[in-house]
Amino acid sequence: MAGANGNVLTKIVHLPGSETIDVYRANGGYVALPEALKKSSDDLIDMVKRSGLRGRGGAGFPAGTKWGFVPKGTNKPVYLCVNADESEPGAFKDRLICAKDPHQLIEGTLISCFAIGSSRAYIYIRGEFAAEARILNAAIEEARRAGFIGKNILGSGWDCEVSVYRGAGAYICGEETGLIESIEGKRGQPRLKPPFPAVVGLFGCPTVVNNVETIACVPHIVTRGWEWFAGIGTERNTGPKLFGLSGHVNKPGVYEAPMGTNLRTLIEEFGGGVPGGRPVKAVIPGGASCPVLRGDEIDIPMDFDSLTRAGSLFGTGTPVIMDDTVCMVRAAWITARFFAHESCGQCTPCREGAGWLQRLLWRIETGEGEEKDIDTLLSVTDQIEGNTICALGDAAAWPARGFAKKFRDEFLQHIREKRCPFGGGSHS
Amino acid sequence: MLSAQARQTIEALKSSHETNQSALIPALHAAQADQGWLSAETQREVGEILGLPEQTVRGVVSFYTMFYQRPVGKHVLQVCRNLSCWLRGGHDLQRQISEKLGIADGETTTDGRFTLISVECLGSCGTAPVLMVNDDYHENLTPEAMERLLTELT
Ligand SMILES: Cc1cc2nc3c(=O)[nH]c(=O)nc-3n(C[C@H](O)[C@H](O)[C@H](O)COP(=O)(O)O)c2cc1C
Repeated sequence: MAGANGNVLTKIVHLPGSETIDVYRANGGYVALPEALKKSSDDLIDMVKRSGLRGRGGAGFPAGTKWGFVPKGTNKPVYLCVNADESEPGAFKDRLICAKDPHQLIEGTLISCFAIGSSRAYIYIRGEFAAEARILNAAIEEARRAGFIGKNILGSGWDCEVSVYRGAGAYICGEETGLIESIEGKRGQPRLKPPFPAVVGLFGCPTVVNNVETIACVPHIVTRGWEWFAGIGTERNTGPKLFGLSGHVNKPGVYEAPMGTNLRTLIEEFGGGVPGGRPVKAVIPGGASCPVLRGDEIDIPMDFDSLTRAGSLFGTGTPVIMDDTVCMVRAAWITARFFAHESCGQCTPCREGAGWLQRLLWRIETGEGEEKDIDTLLSVTDQIEGNTICALGDAAAWPARGFAKKFRDEFLQHIREKRCPFGGGSHS
Repeated sequence: MLSAQARQTIEALKSSHETNQSALIPALHAAQADQGWLSAETQREVGEILGLPEQTVRGVVSFYTMFYQRPVGKHVLQVCRNLSCWLRGGHDLQRQISEKLGIADGETTTDGRFTLISVECLGSCGTAPVLMVNDDYHENLTPEAMERLLTELT
């Protein structure tokens, strides 16, 4: 895989043995932890707040603010759940950290636990990442032998346990309360909020859920300071970011670049452009739930605010690039099929609506559609949006609506010609 | 019947988890590794060891796609059917497997060697198209590499 060019989050991933504690320490690893243990919880939370670090799991919520929601003095254990579920189609960045720099994640996990007053962390990893789970488990044992995990860590009097919890195939378990249910050994059906997990989370206790990449940023903020982190990227979108490029680019892969890097630059300079020099027809900027951008909309900074302003979403920052041979109706259908398949079934608008979207799109794609189907499709998305317990419903509605609006002419062409003008296609 | 070793593994999970129920998913992984799939009998056994009602176990098993409620072949071939793989020929891989082995999505060869399942995104989009064989990822697959792989898996 190409990419992984950076000097912060991906600094060591190309080194042989990068997953071992020796290579990690030889490159400045486990320097942040002893420094952090000298600080107070409030100082650490304040530092992360000032760094501007926003969650890398999709929603961009400020990490320090979330940590500040954990109530103090409840006498209940506090949990940290590191979200390594990474099941959003197009996203494959957290896997790189788990496989190639697990100690960066473990060090970040320990510091984050210390900051929020927790002594117990779970790294929840999707079941399919069996190899990555093995690597993480081996790294945890190395860290334990080195005295970074367990009792009285580095003589601080503070104890902390970290373990890996493997999922078993369910996108919904990436949603933070679905994840919590899953660790409790249940079906991963999201909970109503409030109460938020920071107050009532895992086993009824205060819980912070953060994405792998979010947590991996933490040691760097400790060693280099919040000012350094805040100086990377743009004002409200700070720090380095892992961008995962896939689809029609010459060099797909994970690339590290500052938040706010231009999407066209990512595609052309990092990704080496589109194979055969074909034009970019469309880009899904941040994972399947993000509304599609047209090829003429890709001069845009890749950050939470710019993409929201453009009517899309930054999501996980993992663009899927599609050239001019790709059928937008089929792309929309593949996306809709995913959400219909992954709906947990709890809320009727999502369970029924996602299936409707899938069927309507299939009708249009196979030449059986009518013009009114486009309006039906849009009205179904309106009925799903905002009417479900978790955001999976929205995630199903947004892309379907995006494709139908941005490529309405192509939808109409399918309907009028009673066939897919692309032969269903994407070349391979 | 679960092997003695699998029973022991599951017993041990009880003490390393906050509640017996939170040991259920790891226990089911262990049971499936032992038995190949999760029959009603296996599910009952797991429930007995953890002291959980049958319907709790069944409810969890049926929620997660990695838990098999039917016997599967020795090699479970899971092909990604989502966008990034589709854009790089994932659907052709699936067709190639189907034609070579004579099985459709969800089916097992009569000799019990292969099961084909088309699955959602496997989180390997930068190295698409991707196929999982049991727990192992095979990435950047070409038709030639696919052909070779299928002959090598015995
Ligand atoms: C349907 C759904 C799936 C999600 N999947 C993931 C995931 O795989 N990984 C992840 O980090 N966050 C995922 N999230 C977001 C989490 O709910 C949560 O916001 C995130 O883990 C918080 O971490 P962060 O603040 O560090 O980004 C998902 C959300 C939804 C609604």
